[in-house]
Amino acid sequence: MKVVIMGCGRVGARLSGLLDNEGHIVTILDTDSYSFRRLPSNFNGTALLGNGIDEEALKRAGIEEADAFVAVTQGDNRNVMAAQIAKHIFNVPKVICRIYDPLRHELYNTLGIETFSPTTIFAQILKEKLES
Amino acid sequence: MYIIVVGAGRVGYYLTKALLEEGHEVLMVEKNATICENIVDELGSVCIRGDGCEAATLTEVGTGRADMLIAVTGDDEDNLVACQVAKHKFHVPRTIARVRNPRNEILFKKLGIDVTVSSTNIILENIEEEVPTHPLTHLLTIRDKGLEIVEVKIPDDSTTIGKPVKELPLPPNSTLILIIGKKHKPIAPKPSTTLRAGDQVIAVTTPESEEALRTALRGS
Repeated sequence: MKVVIMGCGRVGARLSGLLDNEGHIVTILDTDSYSFRRLPSNFNGTALLGNGIDEEALKRAGIEEADAFVAVTQGDNRNVMAAQIAKHIFNVPKVICRIYDPLRHELYNTLGIETFSPTTIFAQILKEKLES
Repeated sequence: MYIIVVGAGRVGYYLTKALLEEGHEVLMVEKNATICENIVDELGSVCIRGDGCEAATLTEVGTGRADMLIAVTGDDEDNLVACQVAKHKFHVPRTIARVRNPRNEILFKKLGIDVTVSSTNIILENIEEEVPTHPLTHLLTIRDKGLEIVEVKIPDDSTTIGKPVKELPLPPNSTLILIIGKKHKPIAPKPSTTLRAGDQVIAVTTPESEEALRTALRGS
């Protein structure tokens, strides 16, 4: 599977490593080359400097042939915009997008973008831990 | 009308002032506390501190009864999301987004934003008008029809000088509206009107036919 990941933070870098280990073709995008230090040393994929809300950068990352796109930058709006470009302009079959704000997460889910909110998920996990 | 303005930068500030003067009910949403306080000090309670992309903030400011939401922050992605939340969650009839990157205009339209205003394009067009040698100047865009009104200057060495309008190979969807001569008063061109050196030709065309229109009027 060809995957384009936007945002090389802890989650993005870790996900890239996991997919790369399983033999998937991974391209990871970030606007700061310093964040690529988080990638594992044996990473075989491509690390590309660029902004995922810029169509040109996405094309360079091979979005046109990608099977999946994952947006995990710190900015909810950047994630949402990039995910919509991937889905509606480049017709990527699977698009996943992180949205911290639970309300925006619900809205974009209803608008047909697969989103998840770490806020909701993590709060729920913590609550269950406390109750057990 | 009740209008919500997201982003209280320079554009948001002057826009709100103008809308208030026209008698509209306006509320600004701004993330930065200091900017917000300064505006409240100056204009009264027309600015609320908060994130205009968050549904919670938009609920607080009564977006449900708003007639229009205008997003004019400096970030395209924030303007997009503010308008989308307003449109899809609160069913605001009209949403307007400022666009910094001209390429995003098409995307925003596709994603359901009613009106986009590209500050970059507007500045470029204005500068273009002031560059006298520029062969084709954009005067006005008629968005919903995909048409534009342009001006083409006929230079002294143009091969079309002396030719009647009916002999010019004008591209489809292009119509000449007005010819302003150097020494003559402006005329609406007839098929027999001939082009003169220094004429300014005002025409309506489409973005795709622009280049063909320029060649038809000035020769190659």
